[in-house]
Amino acid sequence: MRFIKPDINIDFVGRKKLAFLISILCIVVSFLSLAIHKGPRLGVDFAGGTLVQLKFASAVRIDDIKSGLASIGLGKSSVQQFGQHADHEFLIRTETAYENDEGIAAEIQKALESSTEGELEIRRVEMVGPQVGEDLRKKALFAMFYALLFITIYISGRFELKWLVSGVVAAALIGAVYMINLFDVSIPVLIGAALIVSLVVFWFLELKYAMGAIVALIHDVIITIGIFSIFDKEFTLPIIAALLTIIGYSLNDTIIVFDRIRENLRKYHKKPLVYVINRSINETLSRTLLTSLTTLVVVVTLFIMGGGIIHDFAFALIIGIVVGTYSSIFVASPILLAWQSRGKK
Amino acid sequence: MKNFSWKLILVFAVIVAAVVYVLPTFEPGLWPHKQISLGLDLQGGMHLVLEVDTAKALEGQVERMTEEIREQLKKERLRNVTLNRIAGNKMSAAIQDPQTLEKFNTILKTNFDFLKRSQRIDSGVSTIILEISEDEAENTKRLAVDQALETIRNRIDQFGVTEPDIRRQGENRILIQLPGINNPDRAKDLIGRTALLEFKLVDDTHDVNEAVKGNVPAGREVLYQVREDAQTGTITKVPFLLRKRTLLTGANLTDARVDFDQFNIPFVSINFDKKGARDFERITGDNVNKRLAIVLDDTVASAPVIQEKIAGGQARITGDFTLDEAKDLAIVLRAGALPAPVNILEERTVGPSLGADSIRKGLISMLIGGVLVVLFMIVYYKGAGVIADIALILNIILIAGGLAAAKATLTLPGIAGIILTIGMAVDANVIIFERIREELALGRTARAAVDAGYNRATLTILDANVTTLIAAVVLFQFGTGPVKGFAVTLSLGVIASLFTALVLSRLIFDYILGSRKVKTLSI
Repeated sequence: MRFIKPDINIDFVGRKKLAFLISILCIVVSFLSLAIHKGPRLGVDFAGGTLVQLKFASAVRIDDIKSGLASIGLGKSSVQQFGQHADHEFLIRTETAYENDEGIAAEIQKALESSTEGELEIRRVEMVGPQVGEDLRKKALFAMFYALLFITIYISGRFELKWLVSGVVAAALIGAVYMINLFDVSIPVLIGAALIVSLVVFWFLELKYAMGAIVALIHDVIITIGIFSIFDKEFTLPIIAALLTIIGYSLNDTIIVFDRIRENLRKYHKKPLVYVINRSINETLSRTLLTSLTTLVVVVTLFIMGGGIIHDFAFALIIGIVVGTYSSIFVASPILLAWQSRGKK
Repeated sequence: MKNFSWKLILVFAVIVAAVVYVLPTFEPGLWPHKQISLGLDLQGGMHLVLEVDTAKALEGQVERMTEEIREQLKKERLRNVTLNRIAGNKMSAAIQDPQTLEKFNTILKTNFDFLKRSQRIDSGVSTIILEISEDEAENTKRLAVDQALETIRNRIDQFGVTEPDIRRQGENRILIQLPGINNPDRAKDLIGRTALLEFKLVDDTHDVNEAVKGNVPAGREVLYQVREDAQTGTITKVPFLLRKRTLLTGANLTDARVDFDQFNIPFVSINFDKKGARDFERITGDNVNKRLAIVLDDTVASAPVIQEKIAGGQARITGDFTLDEAKDLAIVLRAGALPAPVNILEERTVGPSLGADSIRKGLISMLIGGVLVVLFMIVYYKGAGVIADIALILNIILIAGGLAAAKATLTLPGIAGIILTIGMAVDANVIIFERIREELALGRTARAAVDAGYNRATLTILDANVTTLIAAVVLFQFGTGPVKGFAVTLSLGVIASLFTALVLSRLIFDYILGSRKVKTLSI
C-alpha cells in the first residue's frame, strides 16, 4: 500500500511565497492573541495559587459551589467543569497560596458539602507559593533556553560538518548570553537575544541548514504557544515538556529532509538548488507523512482517552506535530534558498 | 555469518535482561527485584516543599546567647547592663559605668570571644553591639535545616508511611514525598508543626486584663489558650499572663505517649530525662500553689496549679484532644521540636482514586494507540510491517525494563511519553522501509535493497533522534516530578527505538534473506 506515488513531484518550493504568507499570518495572529490576553495564561505551577480538583457523587449546581466558596472567603475563585459532564468533577482555582493550619482542602470540602448538600471527594490539590512559582517559571525558561542552545550547537556542527564553526557559534552564544546576563534582564529577553545572536551568526557564517532548522523551530514554538493562547489554555509544567518535545520532533522532520538534500546535492550537483530541494522533499514526503500520521494517531488517542489531566498536554503535542510537519516542508527548506537569491543580486 | 550470530546474542541478551527486570512488576515476588515505582500522580500521595525559616533559627540562637551572657552577668554581679537582642543576629548592651564596662569586656573576651564587638559612646553611655560572625550564622542556619530534616524524618517514620522520600533541596528547603497517604491534612499538620514545648510560670500578681490591653509588665508575655466547645463548635481564647522565662523545654523529654484519664479522655503523658526530671522537681518544689503553664508553640495547652513537689520526672499534658490529636502530639514530642518554623511553599496532593483513574486511562490510550499503529503498519507494509510491529512491541518491553533497571519512576506524563514513543518508534522503521522501497524501485535485488536501505538510513535516523534526546535530557535536568518521568520514558523510548530499528529489525531481515532464498520482499 502507498499513499504517495514514488514518482510524485510537487513543486513545494514554488509555493514558498504562499507558505511564508500563511506562516507570517499565523505568527502575527499568535502575537496578537498573546497581546490581547496580556501574555500567556500561566497555570498554578508558574503563577502560584491553589488548584483543587473535586468530584461530587451526584450532579450539583455550579452556583452552589460558588456560594459555598464565597462563604469561606474564596468568592473570587474560578470554578470550572472538568472532564466529562457525567463525572461531576470541578476545578477550583484561587490566586492565593494557602498555608493555613486547617488545610484548604478540608475547609473547601466542609463548605461545599453544606452549600451543595452533596457528597464530595477531594481528588487533587496543587498549591504553589509565589516563590516556588517564580522558581518554576525560571526553570522552565532556562530549560527552553538550554534546549535551544544545545540544539543550535548540534545542528551547526552536524549539518555543516563544521564542528569548529559550531564551537565558534557556541562560544559566541555563550559569550553573548553572559554579556546580556550582566545587565540583569529577564529570561524571555535573554532567550530572544540568544536567538537573534544565533540567527545573525548563522547568516554571516552561511550556516544555511542550521538557520533553516532554527527558524522552523521558532516558527513551531511560537505558533503552538499562539494557538494555546487563542484557546485560552493554561501553561503548566507538562506543557513546557510538550513544547520541548515539539522542538525535538520538529527538528526530527527537518533533519530527515535536510539529510536527503545533502545527499541529493552530491548526486545532482549540476541541477539548481530549487530542483534538489523539491526532489528531496518529494522523496521523503511519504516518510514525513507516515510518521506524522502514526504519531498523530497515538497522540489523538491520548487526547481523547487519556483523561482531563493529560488533555492539554496531548493538545499541545497535536498542534506541534501538525505545525512541525508543515514547517519542515514549507519553512525550513525554502530558507536554504535565501543565500542563493542574495548571491544573485 | 560471524557478525550475524554476534548480533543475535546481543539482541537476545538485551531482551532477556529487560524481561528479567520487568517481570517482578507483573508478578511480584517472582525474584527479588523491585517493581517499577509509580509516581505520586499515579499511586496517589502528597508532595510537599517546605522552607525552614532559618532567620528565625538564627534569632533563636542569638536569643539563647543573650540569655547565656545575662547568666554570666548575674554570676559576676554586674547589674547595670541592659542587654537586648536587636534585629536579627545582633545584641546590644548599654553601659554607663566605666568599671562595669571593663568587667563586661573581660567577660566577653574570656567566654564569648567569637562574637564581633563594636563600641560607640553616646553622651556618657557606651553602647556595645555584639554580632555573630557570618560563618557562625551560616553554620547555625545549616544546622537548623539539618535538624529540621532529621526531626521531620523521625515524625514521618513514627506516623507510618511506606517509602517516604525526604530530602534537602537547595539551601533551606526540604522536599517530602509521601506515597499513598490518605489523610493529607493530618500529615501536613504533623510535619509542619514546630512542636516547641515549654514550661512557664503564670504570673498571678499582675492583672491579665490590663496586660491584654497592652500594658504588659517587663519580662512577661500574654499567651492564649484556645478552647473549642464540643457542642456548639465555638472557639474561645483565654488569655494568660506568663513569665517570659522558659523553665524547661521539650528538649529534655525521653518519651511521650497517649494515655486516658478516668473519663476515657486522652492526654499525653511525658517522661523527662535525668536533667529534666531534676529541673522539674526543683521547679515544682519552688513554686507550690502557683500555676505552671504548659505552652505548645506559643499556645497554652493547660495551666494546672502545682499541688506539691513532683519527683520522678513524669508529667501529663491535657487539653481538649481527640485521640488522633493526642497521638500526633505524642509523635511530635517524641521526635522533638523543629529548630525553626517551617512554611509550606508547595503542595501537590493526588487522591488514590484519581491516581487509579489516571493509570487506567493511560493504559487504555496506550493500548488503543498501539493497536492502531500496529494494524496500520501491517496494512501499509505487509510483511515488513510485521517486523516493525515486533520491533515496536519489543520497544515497549525495553522501555519498561529500562524503567525498572534504572529504578526510575513512572508518572502520568511518563505514560504519555511511552505513548508518544509508540508513534515515533515506527519512524526509524518507516525511514528504512521507504529507503528499501526506493532501492527496489531502482531495480535492485532484495538483498541489495535491504543493505542499501539500512546503510543510508542509519545516519539519518541517528541524527533525527539525537535532537529528541537533547530535548529529553534538558527536560530531565530542569524538570520536576511528573515531567521528569516524561523525560525518562522519552529518552528510553528513543534509545530503545534506535536499538530495535537498527539492530533487531535488521537482524530479522537478515534472517529472512539468509535462511531462505527469498527473491521478493513483502514491503
